[in-house]
Amino acid sequence: MDVTLKVWRQDGPDAPGRFETIQVPDVSEHMSLLEMLDVVNDRLTVAGEEPIAFDSDCREGICGMCGMMVNGHAHGPQQGTATCQLHMRKFKDGDTITIEPWRAEAFPVVRDLVVDRSPFDRIIEAGGYISVRTGAPRDANIQLVPKPAADWSMDAAACIGCGACVAACPNGAAQLFTAAKIAHLNLLPQGQPERWQRVEAMVDEMEKYFGSCTNHGECEEACPKSISLDFIALMNRDYIKAKFKNRRLAAQRG
Amino acid sequence: MITLESHVPDGPIQEKWTKHRFDIKLVNPANKRKFKIIVVGTGLAGASAAATFGELGYNVEVFTFHDSPRRAHSIAAQGGINAAKNYPNDGDSIFRLFYDTVKGGDYRSREANVYRLAEVSNEIIDQCVAQGVPFAREYGGLLANRSFGGALVSRTFYARGQTGQQLLLGAYQALLRQVHEGKVKLHTRKDVLDLVTHEGRAVGIVVRDLLTGELTSHSAHAVVLATGGYANVYYLSTNAMNSNATAIWRAHRRGAAFANPCFVQIHPTCIPQSEEFQSKLTLMSESLRNDGRIWVPKDPNDTRPPQQIPEEDRDYYLERRYPAFGNLVPRDVASRAAKQMIDEGRGVGPLKNGVYLDFSDAIARLGKQAIEERYGNLFEMYERITDENPYEVPMRIYPAPHYTMGGLWVDYDLQSTVPGLFVLGEANFSDHGANRLGASALMQGLADGYFVIPYTIGNYLAPMLGTQPLPTDHEAFVRTEADVMARIRHVLEVDGSRSAAWFHKELGKIMIQHVGMARSEEGLTEAISQIRALRDEFHRDMKVLGTNESFNQALANALRVWDFFELAELMAIDALHRRESCGGHFRLESQTEDGEALRDDEHFSYVAAWEFKDVGDWELHKEPLEFEYVALSQRSYK
Repeated sequence: MDVTLKVWRQDGPDAPGRFETIQVPDVSEHMSLLEMLDVVNDRLTVAGEEPIAFDSDCREGICGMCGMMVNGHAHGPQQGTATCQLHMRKFKDGDTITIEPWRAEAFPVVRDLVVDRSPFDRIIEAGGYISVRTGAPRDANIQLVPKPAADWSMDAAACIGCGACVAACPNGAAQLFTAAKIAHLNLLPQGQPERWQRVEAMVDEMEKYFGSCTNHGECEEACPKSISLDFIALMNRDYIKAKFKNRRLAAQRG
Repeated sequence: MITLESHVPDGPIQEKWTKHRFDIKLVNPANKRKFKIIVVGTGLAGASAAATFGELGYNVEVFTFHDSPRRAHSIAAQGGINAAKNYPNDGDSIFRLFYDTVKGGDYRSREANVYRLAEVSNEIIDQCVAQGVPFAREYGGLLANRSFGGALVSRTFYARGQTGQQLLLGAYQALLRQVHEGKVKLHTRKDVLDLVTHEGRAVGIVVRDLLTGELTSHSAHAVVLATGGYANVYYLSTNAMNSNATAIWRAHRRGAAFANPCFVQIHPTCIPQSEEFQSKLTLMSESLRNDGRIWVPKDPNDTRPPQQIPEEDRDYYLERRYPAFGNLVPRDVASRAAKQMIDEGRGVGPLKNGVYLDFSDAIARLGKQAIEERYGNLFEMYERITDENPYEVPMRIYPAPHYTMGGLWVDYDLQSTVPGLFVLGEANFSDHGANRLGASALMQGLADGYFVIPYTIGNYLAPMLGTQPLPTDHEAFVRTEADVMARIRHVLEVDGSRSAAWFHKELGKIMIQHVGMARSEEGLTEAISQIRALRDEFHRDMKVLGTNESFNQALANALRVWDFFELAELMAIDALHRRESCGGHFRLESQTEDGEALRDDEHFSYVAAWEFKDVGDWELHKEPLEFEYVALSQRSYK
């Protein structure tokens, strides 16, 4: 099949960007979208033009490195699929495919389709962990974890940190990412001692970089791991509670 | 001239590690912050080591080429992690895990290291659970286990099909906690391009900022490499696109011996290549072999769709050849058998490059729902990639390069032949011999990072109290930076006609054909001359556009391909010198009458550690392997 690419090119963070139109003949339907870009890059290189910069690594939908807006959808039109697993058979011969980087204020463009997602690491640093020293724990089966808690925690922990939720959000909010991380730990017995500090610290850190959530739900639609919006409700509940509990704890210590 | 001193402690194997921990020199808690340690890589081994160093109070700097430590390729591991907990009460023990690992590695690993690995495996599970890793649970709230990769006990812990992801997130979170506390400094999007040595010791690294191209030097009391394996030398592998050998290769060129480079695991259950453009191969968890039956048509010219081929025209070749283990034979045996079928022209699929993995019997026996519960996410992934529904049409699978047992040589303390340079995880050679068992890679990465290096590094650091790291304007750093800059300039100045990626792909074809699942003197000799010729062409004809002073992915890739070309030759040389078959290394000249791998313990019971002299010129050193606790025997799965 033959397709036309309208792809965002931007030489650096401060350079102006532009759409470039590239004709791509002889595309196999078995290619992934990223493999099609590999072919385009090889052709560009041989022709003496700089290849299109884009991030990808595992190419099996788990590392969270890839991600681009494809025809206006984060990770493209196929649900529950990261860009690296989107195949050309989802497009038709003669299609024009528009490819852009994540569009969010908190994710500045590095080059072409590559963005800087480091604010996600800052949110984890603020409290996205259980404070346990290596070697301190005793036998793993001493503390029982109800299966539903482990399963629900795992549903949240499946987040790959790709940033599609932010890119899809009209407000550029990171509630789904932050909520998933909080729920992963707050749903487990091991996560209880730091539960209230964790939610307050992480949400407050998130607010420094990202927009506010107005319950559009676009994030859940775009999420390649189909992480549920319910986790945001859970986070909001814990956050409100934390505001009281943390004050009271502080007063008791005071 | 290097010497291989394994520094394995004396005494019974059960007491070696305990005794050694007592003998290791300690660094006073107040003095730990006076020592600076560089960690390269943030996968399971690197992240767990850096986090633990930080907790202990060392001054740590950690480097990754990714945008976040959480992207490291450990994240893609699916199946699980082994530990000798014996929770299912089925007879497992530390000794059994040790024994299985030595035997599974076809008796080419160091007993004392493997025993220690089995010994600390239980602590890993305790640690990960406390960190909040959501392992699978039984209804009573206890941890669930499953058997994996043909093991006769259920010792594998798992988190759905995403065990690697969850363990890595645990280590990553522990690491970021230390970053938050100011104990660890994190450097992302930094490519480590060389090791700096001074008076024979590792003193630092040279790093290229992938965003700006800026080269900087970093010095420390010790350098820890945890940069993963080198299976991407085959171009098509299950590794991530950016997984590379540059850090270990450059360390090798600076004096670190490279051990058993030819020991590569080619994993039997991957989705076959579909066309020339393909960029990587996708692994389908080995657990599929628990219920799937592997077969090919008896007649190479059979063009019927698989469902229409009747039982009598099918060859379930693993069940036929290995009645005892059947479809569950170890990875190396299953891979080799698949290759034989395809070489006989009995491959299936449009390119005749796969074998069937058929679930129709299991579906008939257990129902579709049971199969969906066990493998639903894998079936979905398969359908997304191939557009075929494995509930109705048998899967097609083929082996793909997956894991490298070889790596930099290390002693019992995980120190390489360069003092001050330590190597962890897949990047070292130490624990898996000539073949790695399923669910053991995650175990080794975390064992090295959480429970071994935090102790053993004390032996090296303690005597250095009061010394400062070498200043980065020292001649050793200046000279190394100049070497790196010269490589970068060369890559940009060639201005030939083909991308580095193209050369990488061609190199991969040579490697898989001659240094893949079946190797021979003739093929390996041919491979060495082909690699050399292609490498010369690469240096004359590659085309890398743009500048150093920008975000330039093609430049970063070309530097990695350069190193793969040199490593590829050493792999072929090592494979050529080892005139025996063992584990994943199969020499056509060394097989039993019925075509099974035949070891030669009399001549090859050693670790082959290669010292770099020049490209094309390596000196072999041997570390003899002695087996006191596991009796050597020919593996049999019939």
